[in-house]
Amino acid sequence: MIKNKKNTILGFCALAALFLVLFVLEKLLPTGSMLFVVLKKGAIYALVAASMNLLNGFTGLFSLGQAGFMLIGAYCYAIFTIPVQHRDAVYQYFDGGLIQFTVPVVVALIMAGLAAAIFAALIGLPVLRLKSDYLAIATLGFAEIIRAIFQWDALGPLTNASNVLRRYPLFSSTLFPFIVAGICIAIIVLLINSSYGRAFKAIRDDEVAAEAMGINLFKHKQMAFVISSFFAGVGGALLAMYQTTIQANAFKSAMTYEILLIVVIGGIGSISGSCIASFLFIACSEWWLRFLDAETYIGAFKVPLLRSGFRKVVFSIVIMAVVLFYSKGLMGDKEISFQGISGFIKDPFGLVSRRKKKTEGVHIDG
Amino acid sequence: MLKITDLKVNYGGIEAVKGISFEVPGKSIVTLIGANGAGKSTTLRTISGLVRPASGKIEFLGEDITGMDVPTIVSKGITLVPEGRRIFPDLTVLENLRLGAYLRKDNIDSDLNWIFDLFPRLKERQWQLGGTLSGGEQQMLAVGRALMSRPKLLMMDEPSLGLAPLVVRDIFRIIKRINEEGVTILLIEQNANMALQTADIGYVLETGRITMSGTGSELLSNPAVKEAYLGS
Repeated sequence: MIKNKKNTILGFCALAALFLVLFVLEKLLPTGSMLFVVLKKGAIYALVAASMNLLNGFTGLFSLGQAGFMLIGAYCYAIFTIPVQHRDAVYQYFDGGLIQFTVPVVVALIMAGLAAAIFAALIGLPVLRLKSDYLAIATLGFAEIIRAIFQWDALGPLTNASNVLRRYPLFSSTLFPFIVAGICIAIIVLLINSSYGRAFKAIRDDEVAAEAMGINLFKHKQMAFVISSFFAGVGGALLAMYQTTIQANAFKSAMTYEILLIVVIGGIGSISGSCIASFLFIACSEWWLRFLDAETYIGAFKVPLLRSGFRKVVFSIVIMAVVLFYSKGLMGDKEISFQGISGFIKDPFGLVSRRKKKTEGVHIDG
Repeated sequence: MLKITDLKVNYGGIEAVKGISFEVPGKSIVTLIGANGAGKSTTLRTISGLVRPASGKIEFLGEDITGMDVPTIVSKGITLVPEGRRIFPDLTVLENLRLGAYLRKDNIDSDLNWIFDLFPRLKERQWQLGGTLSGGEQQMLAVGRALMSRPKLLMMDEPSLGLAPLVVRDIFRIIKRINEEGVTILLIEQNANMALQTADIGYVLETGRITMSGTGSELLSNPAVKEAYLGS
């Protein structure tokens, strides 16, 4: 118990330090720095990955609807925050649109989550009775249908059909997505550590036993699905703010796969793994590997292979290597802890413990 | 305490239980014995609410509980220890136990102490993942987890399945002890010898029907039971 308290205090100190560092960095570095791009998008993806992990990693429901719920969140946010004086310009083909009022940004963020949650509750009724692959297919299909419906002309006065939504309020500071995502992820972590979270994990481990213990399977699956979708909706709204304009066609299933990749690389069943993997993933795909896309000359010698698109080849190889060496993801199902960090510094790749395991033949994890 | 009247259950397209009636008196140990496919597990699953009966009546403490859902039945005081233990492998022993008390809103600390007193091994291993326990320890965890719901009637589906003879003896000793502490037990077993030695009342189930009944020792000495189930 005392140890737990100490860890909580240390955790809060670490978070406070993180925000301080971010604040200082924003003052020092030019605002166009790639670092901020990565941090902003990383925070948003971390939130969506954590919400997906709640469903896939902790409740054992393999759902691929994340992009659909993000789309609903993004649209809900944009529709209710575009200032009235800009609506004529944005909804130019639909006489200024249907809605002629705005709500504050924070309210719109919560509404974005609620809209996604309501859709989740509705489709959860039929879909959550399906198992594993079938659930994945059904949710993937839902996301694609939503994408099509939001581009439908008849809904134009609300969604602006296939035209972009723009001129809604954005964030300028990196701190904003960090704070919103931070609060949301903290709520997810609290939920996972509550008795509901234990019930989710019980359903993941063994449905029959969970049911025999008196856990109402459908109710708990529905709860996990709705809550996960709520946070995906908030993440979608943040993504809209980050991208400055949105259009339904961008929320393709490829987006869901990116998030799934982050969850798998981070470790299925580890929220801190999802967060770490999210920043690494965004940094690799957007920043660190950029030089591979540029044709480079050393003197008169043209470096072979380097050309536009090569980045993606290397990126795929990096991902394969990560999955090979960390078959359970970077974090497995463990959470980050100060003991874990000090252990990692002493033994970064588990070489010592792996050797120990071999010689002693015992399991020392856990 | 529990009264089953003319219970019929269809399961997977066949009539698995073809109209059985029996009673479990309070504070007793009752066993249903029978071969594979006799309908033993289906009977327990129906009582616990996991399967709905086609017809018949299940009464518990004078109340008709036929067709109620599992959470309601668990909170009324009937808990099933499922066949094959089915502990939660990726949760710690303590989390497994806490899940047994999922429907309870009151304080469970005294019950945790009771379980740790019954199974000292679980106390030693409370921070270990359920999946790392041995077969016998997992069975103890499954029983402990079910007891955490504070059942009046504990139903056990083949607690001796796949366990070494010495461990089986331990499990039955514990079943007796739990019973002495006031919990009524309904047990199904293929290990008829052990079950009948422990039970006050036994029923023999054959292809969905009860064919014999009596006290444990009566059935043990019954030539037909001896030949069919005790192998002598």
